[in-house]
Amino acid sequence: MKSAQDIFEILKEKFPEEVISITTGKPKEDIIDIHPLSINKISFFLRDSEVLLFDNLILLSGVDNADGKKKTLPDGSFEYENNTLSVFYHVESTSLKHKITLRVTVPVDKPEVESVSEIWMCADWHEREAFDMIGINFLNHPNLIRILMPYDWEYGYPLRKDYKNPEFYAGMKVS
Amino acid sequence: MGLLDTEFTQDSIVLTNVDDLLNWARLSSLWQVGFGLACCAIEMMATSASHYDFDRFGVIPRPSPRQSDVIIISGTVTLKMALRVKRLYEQMPDPKYVISMGSCSNCGGPYWEHGYHVLKGVDRVIPVDVYVPGCPPRPEALLEGLLKLQEKIKKESMVKKTV
Repeated sequence: MKSAQDIFEILKEKFPEEVISITTGKPKEDIIDIHPLSINKISFFLRDSEVLLFDNLILLSGVDNADGKKKTLPDGSFEYENNTLSVFYHVESTSLKHKITLRVTVPVDKPEVESVSEIWMCADWHEREAFDMIGINFLNHPNLIRILMPYDWEYGYPLRKDYKNPEFYAGMKVS
Repeated sequence: MGLLDTEFTQDSIVLTNVDDLLNWARLSSLWQVGFGLACCAIEMMATSASHYDFDRFGVIPRPSPRQSDVIIISGTVTLKMALRVKRLYEQMPDPKYVISMGSCSNCGGPYWEHGYHVLKGVDRVIPVDVYVPGCPPRPEALLEGLLKLQEKIKKESMVKKTV
């Protein structure tokens, strides 16, 4: 069993460029920030390194940070400028009993993150959900299509903070 | 006016009119589409089971909409499902009836304001005969809804337009 600080140091030694920082003092696990285009490389190392053995991805979730400049539009709705989106990876090792949270952060204009579905199979549908709800584009995902909303939904990503519901969908009044 | 006008005890003949006879036949064997959407469907199944026994009113779940008379919309109608509900309704033969069961299918229920995926009332896609309120309604409430529907069918006429 390794502490988050130990895991961070192992990663930092192996990937000095791609591992950015560690955030401690959170109520649950400590968070390690990773560069979005190297998350697949680091995940592969986390799973297969003999001292880490992170074999289980508990949860992958997308988050709209809503940290941009809030701009109110004439009709009362609002949108954000220079917003960022995040993806959190909660991983654990079932044999070594340690856990860690990874985070990648991308700008909303170009939300591109490498897919980890080749490393942990369960990430496939989790990434589809993050794509469906938040609009994160997972590169090299085998089947990145909407999972909950209708396949022909073209009114945006519903869990973004500045999402606006359409008035009609397929002839039905929505709002 | 009841179903029977006159009864002849000797020759097994009854006198009635066509409206009453057809309405009686329709309301006594309302076959429902075996179809559930959400948690209300659990209450609907409980209504079908032995404690409340939907079958005593002639309600039997049918596996095909083409053999059904009534569809009970039991649960949240999402936008994705609304298109399927509409298609199921269109596949049912006339005369067909709709019971909207629970707050979600009546008006959107808890998803009224922020439900980006929920149709705010199934009456936006298909015409509803009886609304049963509740979240979810108890089996007694669904039975009451069915009795209301039977009353409605009883008043139908082949020549007169009814409300």
